[in-house]
Parts: sequence; structure tokens; C-alpha cells
Amino acid sequence: MSEEKAKKPSEPLFSKKNKKLVTDPLTDNNPITIQVLGICSALAITVQVEQAVVMSASVLFVLVFGNIIISMMRNLIPSRIRIIVQLVVVASLVIIVNELLAAFLPDVSEKLSVFVGLIITNCIIMGRFEAFAMANKPWPSFMDALGNSFGYAWILIAVAFFRELLGSGTLWGKQILGSAIPGEEWGLYTMGYANNNMMILPPMALIVVGIIIWIQRSRNKSLIEEH
Amino acid sequence: MKFLENIVHKMEPKFAKGGKLEKWNPLFESFATLAFTPAHVTKKGAHIRDGVDLKRTMMTVIIAMIPCLLFGIYNTGHWEMVAAAGDRGLDFWASGGTKFLLGLKVVLPLIVVSYGVGLAIEFVFGFLRGHSLHEGFLVSGMLIPLIMPADVPLWMVGVATAFAVIIGKEVFGGTGMNILNVALTARAFLFFAYPTSMSGDNVWMSGAETDGFTGSTVLGDLATFGGDKPMVAGVEALDNMDSSGLLESTYSVWDMMMGAIPGSIGETSVIAIGIGALILLMTGVGSLRIMLSFVVGGFVGGLLMNAIGGNAYLEMPAFHHLLIGGFAFGAVFMATDPVTAAQTATGKIIYGFLGGVVAILIRVLNPAYPEGVMLAILFMNVMAPIIDHYVVQANIKRRLKRVKTA
Repeated sequence: MSEEKAKKPSEPLFSKKNKKLVTDPLTDNNPITIQVLGICSALAITVQVEQAVVMSASVLFVLVFGNIIISMMRNLIPSRIRIIVQLVVVASLVIIVNELLAAFLPDVSEKLSVFVGLIITNCIIMGRFEAFAMANKPWPSFMDALGNSFGYAWILIAVAFFRELLGSGTLWGKQILGSAIPGEEWGLYTMGYANNNMMILPPMALIVVGIIIWIQRSRNKSLIEEH
Repeated sequence: MKFLENIVHKMEPKFAKGGKLEKWNPLFESFATLAFTPAHVTKKGAHIRDGVDLKRTMMTVIIAMIPCLLFGIYNTGHWEMVAAAGDRGLDFWASGGTKFLLGLKVVLPLIVVSYGVGLAIEFVFGFLRGHSLHEGFLVSGMLIPLIMPADVPLWMVGVATAFAVIIGKEVFGGTGMNILNVALTARAFLFFAYPTSMSGDNVWMSGAETDGFTGSTVLGDLATFGGDKPMVAGVEALDNMDSSGLLESTYSVWDMMMGAIPGSIGETSVIAIGIGALILLMTGVGSLRIMLSFVVGGFVGGLLMNAIGGNAYLEMPAFHHLLIGGFAFGAVFMATDPVTAAQTATGKIIYGFLGGVVAILIRVLNPAYPEGVMLAILFMNVMAPIIDHYVVQANIKRRLKRVKTA
């Protein structure tokens, strides 16, 4: 072991540091709940779980490839025009995602409408380019991208889970709690249950994210800011 | 009382620090202080203390709400009977006992659910944070049933109360730290979450839907005046009548004053609310500044609408606005909430006045929200710190100027 290490001064692929790049953004450095980035899309497309999953996958694709590309080019990009270069990279990746969605998932693509295009302005992506990919090698950048997009994804899907279940009584478009269609009611609706319309309104996404942040901070007191 | 006191004193050492049941002290203290003023005295230095503590202040507010509650129960029973008989002409004062019992059957469960859910949550948070039960909910728990329509399902009230206490209050740190009025938060939550159970023609009278009776409120009727087909109490109105004539054909000004109109449980009677307002003002618990400026604001808002004119609703006499809907209730019990209102003297006047004006603006100009008082007060709750900030800054500036010129 020690000989190997002496021969290869570069760190192993799954070193503790690299693993931390993936695990940190899932919890204590979550892009949404801690860094409060990418909130806009978390509010807009969490009405249904399906949209949230597709959105998360799109962000995963854009962020992973974007981070690798930027990281490989990091020594070539003049720092004065780096934002424009980054934008070009994101924009091309987003166009690819958009076309793919339109071709293979036309329904979801229609529902997500402009929000796929708006991945370009998603703060998480530019934030990771600037903060990480511009200063690190491709492999750690890849790990960082994975971590951040999964951190983004689980919050998105968790919020969408509650909003869809309580707001529409469905999950992934399937009736879970019963049906309220007059004449063929079943499940909870026969007992007087009603969908919570507020869950469908954007403010409720903010409140659900807020509750997640609240739980997270009361479990880990070190996250609470001093002021 | 002496008997109860003895029990409390006997139990006290067990719950004190080092006692056997130390962990349960919050629970013990909550119940003990509900009955008796705590014996704690200031240990160091001289501080001016008032014998009236927060729990007793809250009790005063609850006493002030009793007239509204009693009248609300009676009124709920009356309209339930009207809906069952399908006859609006029913004498308001006839068969009073039956009406009161009918109303009690609707209102009592609401009160139980509101207090049960709210106090349970308060207690859990109090326990987690190691303090005794917070007093704030004593008032909110009574306000919530009073601002609900008679027909609202109980589980919705429970959900709304839980939402209001947790998201409206506990997240911010509990009683005294909330930005929004807790009771109105509960109502606003229901209003947006379950609109079919909180507005429309079927929720204001218990059983109106099954009886096929149109139980619209005065505000609901008025909201149709802006459209092509004005309706009063389920009947299409005649073209040549103006709004006050239309209203008075169904409800007289005296009806509206007394509260013999359909509406949320405790909000209809201006007289009962007036008695409550007197109690609040005489004990110094409620702010006269806010109440008066809120009413003046509403009146000015009404005059403003008259000046614009155009349809029957806009031209309705301004003082009618003060009698209908939740305006009076909001002015007396909601806007004066000491936690969420503005704190400075000038700030209170601005806060109340703007609240009144905004309430009428929303009420008349937005047909989607027949009643604007709730939204107006919540809006002003959010604005209160800004108002206070500028009042304080203006005062500082004024005094600085005096120093510089001297």
C-alpha cells in the first residue's frame, strides 16, 4: 500500500475528500436549503413529482457535463470573459436537454415549458462553475456536480411529493387518496376529505422548503447563523 | 378556590427544581398559573410590575368576546332554522331556546377542536423548549371559531389551527414573536386551501346545501352588483333599485347593526362587538387609536368608492360598509392584536387607517374576494414594522433638528 502511494502521489478516485464532494451537498451544504440557490425552480415546478424528477434529471445532465467541460477548459478561459464562456456552455447543454425532452417526453416538456430553458439562469449551475469547476480538475468537478444535483433533486422531489399528494391527491399522476369525481368517488373523498388548494399555489412550496430547512437546522445546530 | 390553592401548593415542591417530577414542570406551571397569579417576585433591583400579567390580559379579551360568542351561537341557530324552513321571513326572536341549542351544536365542536389542536401543539413546543404553556393561544383559540362559517368541516378547522400555530407562530419563536395574527392566519389558510368550504353561498348556514337554500351573505350579494346579474338572497335583483334599496328590502340597517344576517359565526353583530370593544377600552387592553382609525379608514374608503361611482356597489352609502361583513370584528379584535399591530402611537393611527381603506378597496374592487378585512389586516401586519421604523426615524430626525437649531 505504502509503495503504491509513493508511486502515485495523486489521490485515489474515491478518496475521503472526493466522497465528501458528493455527500456534503446532500445534507449540510445543500444547494437549496443551505446555500439557498435554485429556489426559483423549486417553487415553480414542484406541483407534480413527475415534473420535479424530469427537472432534476435535466439539471443533473447540464451540471455534470457543464462542470466537466468548464473544468477541462479552466486554464484556457480568459478570466475577463469567463461568464460568457460559461453561459455558452450551459446554453448549449440546455438546448440539447430541451430538444431531447421535446422529442421523447413531449407531455412533460410541455408542462415544464420555459423552466427547462431557465436552467440557464439556475443559480446552482453558474455557482458551481464559478466556485468549483473553474478551480478544480475534471474528476472532482464531476463529483461536485453529482453531489449538488442530487442535493437539488432530493429537495425538489420531497417538496413535490408533499405538494402533489396533499394538493391533488395524486402521485406521479396516479390517484392515491381516492377520487373526487362526482359519481365515482372513492377513498378519503367519500369521508369529506378535500384537496388542499394552497399546496398548488407557489407560496406553499416556499413554506415546505422552509419546513425542511427548519428540521435540518434543529437537527444540526451548527448550521444556525450567529447574528 | 382555597381548596384548589391548597392542592397547587401541595404539589409545587414535587415539580420544583430537584423534585421528583421536575421534568413535568412546564405542564404543572401551565395549569397552576391559569388559575392563580404566580408567586414569583422580582429578586434584584426595583422594576415596576403590574399585577395584571399576560394570562389575565388574555382573559379580559376572552370576556370581551363573550357577547359576540353568545350572539353568534344564537344567530347560527336562527339561520339553520331559516335554511331548513326555506323561509327568510322567520321571526328572529321566536323560539329562542331551540335556536340557541341548534347553534350550540354547531359552535361548541368548533371551539373544542380549535382549543384542543392549538393547545396540544403549544404544549408540545413548550415542553420541547422547556417553558410553560404560552398564553397567546387562549385568545386565538376563541377567535378562530368566531371567524369561521357555520358549515366548515371540523377537520379543516383542526388543520388550519395547526398550520397557524406552527407556521404562523412557533417558527418565529412562539407567543409575542409572530408577524401575522394567528387566528387570521388560520382563516386565510382555509380561505386559500379550501375555498369551496370558506366562501360562496352554501357555507354560512348550517345545512343550507342539503336544503337547497341559497345562503349568501350580504357581501356575497354585493359582490354580484359589479356584474351583469345582481342577486340578493338568491333572487335576481330588479334593475331600477339602487344598492341600499336592494339591501334594505332583505336586511334593514337595524338587522345589520344587531347582526341578524348570515355571516361568519361571531362577526355579524355590531352591537355585541361594540360591547366587547367597550370592555377592551375600559380595561385598557385594546387600543382606541387602532379601532378608531380603522373605522375612519373604512369610512373614508367607502367615500372614496362613492366618489368613483359606476355601479350599485360602488355607490353604496359608506357607513353600510362598517356594518356588514367582518369589518367591526376585525377592527376591534383583529387589528388591535398587540403583537402584530404597529407599536408607536402615530404608527397605530397610520396602521389602522390604511387597514380600513385597504379592506374596503379589496372588498369592493376585487370580486374574487368578497371580504377584504382579513387580507387587509394580514397585509397591515406585514407592514407594521415598516410603519414603526419610519415613525421612529421621523422622531429622531425631528429631535436632531431641534438640537442643531438650538
